[in-house]
Amino acid sequence: MTSASLLVQILTGLAGASTLFLTGAGLSLIFGVTRVVNFAHGSLFMVGAYLGWTAGEWLRALLPGSAAGFWLATLLATLGVAALGALLETLILRRIYRAPELFQLLATFAVALVLRDGCLWLWGAEDLLGPRVPGLTGALSVLGVPFPRYDAALIVIGPAVLGLMHLLLTRTHFGVLIRAATQDREMVSALGVIESRLFTSVFAIGAGLAGLAGALQLPREPANLGLDLPAISDAFVVVVIGGLGSLPGAFLAALLISLVKAGCVALGTVELGGYSFAFPRLTLVAEFIVMAIVLVVRPYGLMGRPEGALRGPAASPIRPEPETPRSRALWGLAIAALALLPWIASASPYTTVALVDVFCFALFAMSLFFIMGPGGMHSFGHAAYFGLGAYGAAIVLKATGWSMMWGLLIGPLAGFVGALIFGWFSVRLSGVYLAMLTLAFGQIVWSIIYQWDAVTGGSNGLTGLWPAGWLSTRYPGVTPNAAYYLLTLACVGSAVLVLRRVLDAPFGLAVRAGRDSPLRAESIGINVHRIQWMAFCVAGTAAGLAGVLYAFSKGSIAPDLVHVGRSIDGLVMVLLGGVESLAGPLIGAAAFTLLQDSAGRSFDYWRAATGAAMLVVVLAFPQGLAGLARSIRGRAKA
Amino acid sequence: MTRPATGLASGPVPLLSVRGLARAFGGVQAVRGVDFDIGAGELLALIGPNGAGKSTCFNMINGQLRPDRGSIQLARPEGPRELVGLAPRTVWRLGVGRTFQIAAVFGSMSVIENVQMALLSHARELLAFWRPARARHRSRALELLAAVGLADQAEHPVATLAYGQVKALELAVALAHGPRLLLMDEPTAGMAPAERGALMALTRQLVTERGVSVLFTEHSMDVVFAFADRVIVLARGELIAQGSVAEVREDVRVREAYFGSGRLHGAPVNTERAA
Amino acid sequence: MKPSRMAHGFVLSVVVGLTASLAHAQAPIRIGEINSYKAQAAFLDPYHKGMELALEEINTAGGIGGRRLEVITRDDGASPGDAVRAAEELLAREGVQILAGGFLSHIGLALGDFARQKKVFFLASEPLTDKLVWENGNRYTFRLRPSTYMQVSMIVPEAARLKKKRWALVYPNYEYGQSAAATFKSLLKQAQPEVEFVAEQATPLGKVEAGAVVQALADARPDAIFNVLFGTDLARLVREGTTRELFKDRPVVSLLTGEPEYLDPLRDEAPTGWIVTGYPWYAIDTPAHKAFVAAYQKKFNDYPRLGSIVGYSTIKAIAAGVRAAGSTDTERLITAFRGLAFDTPFGRAEFRRSDHQSTMGAFVGRTAVEGGRGVMKDFTYLDGARFQPADEAVRRMRPAEAQQ
Repeated sequence: MTSASLLVQILTGLAGASTLFLTGAGLSLIFGVTRVVNFAHGSLFMVGAYLGWTAGEWLRALLPGSAAGFWLATLLATLGVAALGALLETLILRRIYRAPELFQLLATFAVALVLRDGCLWLWGAEDLLGPRVPGLTGALSVLGVPFPRYDAALIVIGPAVLGLMHLLLTRTHFGVLIRAATQDREMVSALGVIESRLFTSVFAIGAGLAGLAGALQLPREPANLGLDLPAISDAFVVVVIGGLGSLPGAFLAALLISLVKAGCVALGTVELGGYSFAFPRLTLVAEFIVMAIVLVVRPYGLMGRPEGALRGPAASPIRPEPETPRSRALWGLAIAALALLPWIASASPYTTVALVDVFCFALFAMSLFFIMGPGGMHSFGHAAYFGLGAYGAAIVLKATGWSMMWGLLIGPLAGFVGALIFGWFSVRLSGVYLAMLTLAFGQIVWSIIYQWDAVTGGSNGLTGLWPAGWLSTRYPGVTPNAAYYLLTLACVGSAVLVLRRVLDAPFGLAVRAGRDSPLRAESIGINVHRIQWMAFCVAGTAAGLAGVLYAFSKGSIAPDLVHVGRSIDGLVMVLLGGVESLAGPLIGAAAFTLLQDSAGRSFDYWRAATGAAMLVVVLAFPQGLAGLARSIRGRAKA
Repeated sequence: MTRPATGLASGPVPLLSVRGLARAFGGVQAVRGVDFDIGAGELLALIGPNGAGKSTCFNMINGQLRPDRGSIQLARPEGPRELVGLAPRTVWRLGVGRTFQIAAVFGSMSVIENVQMALLSHARELLAFWRPARARHRSRALELLAAVGLADQAEHPVATLAYGQVKALELAVALAHGPRLLLMDEPTAGMAPAERGALMALTRQLVTERGVSVLFTEHSMDVVFAFADRVIVLARGELIAQGSVAEVREDVRVREAYFGSGRLHGAPVNTERAA
Repeated sequence: MKPSRMAHGFVLSVVVGLTASLAHAQAPIRIGEINSYKAQAAFLDPYHKGMELALEEINTAGGIGGRRLEVITRDDGASPGDAVRAAEELLAREGVQILAGGFLSHIGLALGDFARQKKVFFLASEPLTDKLVWENGNRYTFRLRPSTYMQVSMIVPEAARLKKKRWALVYPNYEYGQSAAATFKSLLKQAQPEVEFVAEQATPLGKVEAGAVVQALADARPDAIFNVLFGTDLARLVREGTTRELFKDRPVVSLLTGEPEYLDPLRDEAPTGWIVTGYPWYAIDTPAHKAFVAAYQKKFNDYPRLGSIVGYSTIKAIAAGVRAAGSTDTERLITAFRGLAFDTPFGRAEFRRSDHQSTMGAFVGRTAVEGGRGVMKDFTYLDGARFQPADEAVRRMRPAEAQQ
């Protein structure tokens, strides 16, 4: 590589950083002021690209060959997405600010589902490549190496927006309010600021920045339906590496990621001591590796301050209701009814098939709830343990030919070991930083599984994982998968009961103590980190068990088991059920799984249907489904 | 170590000896070489204007903050024990309890569970995974709650308590493991004047019964003068005076420190009486 | 019919007036079709239409042996686990006798393994992975579309003909890209032993850092480039590569780029002179294909993509198989499909006995821009039968039980 091409690689990295920064900046602003984890931010980015395309097509017809057309279209897209953001805030989020922490994530997740299908409906499935920008079509010559003019423009735009935002935040009254709100929300409302107006405008600005980023990306890549997920994950990574609420930090983080990626690509395949290592393959997870390293070294990101973390978890006290003879009888009755189902439902065999999925996800959600609810630690990478359990068992059993029953030990063990390692680092962080570190670990596990063909089967996964012998035998008079169904019920049922007991035991009380008040806990002799670490291990073990049961019910596994999408599903299940009750994750898992299953069969746009149903739940029952059940019971008592 | 003759110790064997304690924050010297002792059974008040270094001192004794220099020695049956470098939870296990300026309790638990939590921790039963926690150490927890007047509220969620009751609960939690020294950071902050006296009277009664020493910071001079056995005064990170309530009241440097700082912070401070 | 059943999925079968009464007497033949409809909509929308067209033709002509053909589709949400659940549901609730579908390779493999376990006939329509019919092959699984190996081996002779020594490779970082690159390297090395591979870029699927990748490829100063990127990655590569003059005086050999799904979004910026595999629907003048295009355009007022061909041929192949088997019994279907000849708009093809792979081929040609859009010129149809390993080699790769 010549020095000229090295320079061009660096410039390329800078151009990439601009887009990353713009997306991240909007998210950072929204989170800073409203504390909403805006999962729809990537969708707003995508809508920005589509709107930019449409406006560009109109204006190109009106002003052929003029650069003004592109920039006007970009402006229109920015304004359009800003308006959409304001609409989302006033119609949906405003109603649920008082809901438990992270509940807004559920709402924005639902919005993301609706927007994805909305774009498909409006713009169709085909990728829409925008035209090049008149005047910026060709390349500059940088020491003889061609470098796209448009990239050069992007290098200017990023810092320019950073500068404008800085001016807005430091030189205007509005900016002062935003900064104050970022640091202390109560203070702002105490100052008599109309909170709702502030929130709406912040949401609009943040969304507008995402739309701007999307529209600016058009000359580099087509508007397409796959833009949302990468954009949201990039945005989170940038914001967290930079430090929440710090725009210069976000800019620095964007720069760091872009340069690391460009560096990996430029290095190519390197021979080192007989081994050859393909650095370009690292770009699959480069940002997550950078994030994990940054967070382990600097728990509040590059330029963040501890105050920027999520508000104390005291907002959602979880008081597990103690077991009573009545509750024990109810649990017993429910399990007995489920155990009889293969006989009862022998005429509709799909029932027990669907319920095996429900059980596996119920345990997965329960294990996530264990650290999220009582533990107050929001894991965004919980699928790692689910996947480690599934893969751990599958790999060992395939290599040894042991029976599937051994998998019931190996899977939980693999989940445990994963949690032992990742938990140790994660419990040293808190709030969103902890969440993002777990996400980074999850994605690193995913990328290893995705690329390690020889062991994990790579992107294709592993097949032929069917349980043998009595577990796959069909018995007369029951549903075809009755044996496996009963095994799953037994495993999941006892695991859930064990988790319940653990929460009631001194250990569970100590976990809650660490969440309620780490200060008090430490000053009555509780080693909070150690307790949280062990809670991670308990959760990882349970998730590992869920993973094995799932893998052997499907006969095959693929890396999507470990992907962030699965982790998000877990979060959605927990939040949908409600974090305030032990039954929450179970109800949430059942509702989400069955909702997706039936929406998938009944609607063409099943994602939008799922999203819409979730929005109804979120707006009508901000305590989650279990909260709804409780309030009905409460009313019945009164 | 030879002890300076200047009335540092009030009793024959001090429970806690602090020597040369210092700590800076980014170039600002918050505490600069402070020496004092706490005698057994003594109620020692630590006072001083805002930014005098009181909280820093507290957090260093408690183990939350590591001093740059100095030693903190706790008398133990087996001999003195250095506390510097120990984590808060270890300091607690050596018999030092603590309450906070803003009461820190476990908000999701019932009143009795808060106390049980401390008792479980003291009994080293935190890693019990099976038998329910609620049956353990119940009677001992109830005794402690009765002592602070919360027996009737034992099963109530903490969230339903009045602030004064939360403070009382915190006291019960802090006393649960039978500490020999109790650190109380502004025990009466945020309370109505009438409640203040009641809480301090309760504290005094409990610690006297149990032979516990108390180090407390306090803004309300009424409280200090009514309940402290002895007072030490910090200003700009230095110990400027110590002695009985009467001695400190008359101390010129104390008056200067309060007036000189220009703000006798906290409304409850009655400057005229201090003067 | 229960109301909940009314809502289930999309029974594609078009009951066309009079003919309904012909098939009315007997129970329909039900095919359960599982695909990533929403996740891969650009390919699968036309695919769905292709199936609809084939179904209409078959049922209008009286079905198969008097039985109507029905297809019940399910969206797997791009998750193999959900695909398997959908398959269970189709078998248990909808009573389908045949499974079909799959776009993503890992889902194809999961469904194939499910078919083996449940002893159900499965026609994988699109997944490209070679493993589906080789290492992971089984008795119950057949595949329609030309595999990765076939596509690469169709294009390698063209690459060798370029007589370029230094090659750079760029491919998506997952099994399809990796095995395409590996096959390309080994086949080209055989054809042209002096060849050198000077750079390799494995890029994350859908997230290629195009600027950096193009720069790195240019730095390696290759004589020619082999590309496996498709979809949005392809668009990014083309834009950056053109601006940064990567393709100037450098021939490019590229998989799938000539498929309308990937070429059309590039509009007038489609690359020119690339050697590609694809589907030039506008210029194929065989009677079978012309009839297909006419019928398709008439029904949907849209032109066909490659997905349309695959969807159409999937149904046609199944119909031919059921006709030959005279039943939907799995064992009889397997026997019938082995060596089964069937018609596609590309011409006649058959399922090989050795590995259950169809011999449906693909078009290889050069890209050009005409009338503001990318097209394939100078193309030829390459019959898939000529681009597969010999039966002996296949036998060594396939598990023994798959060959019974």
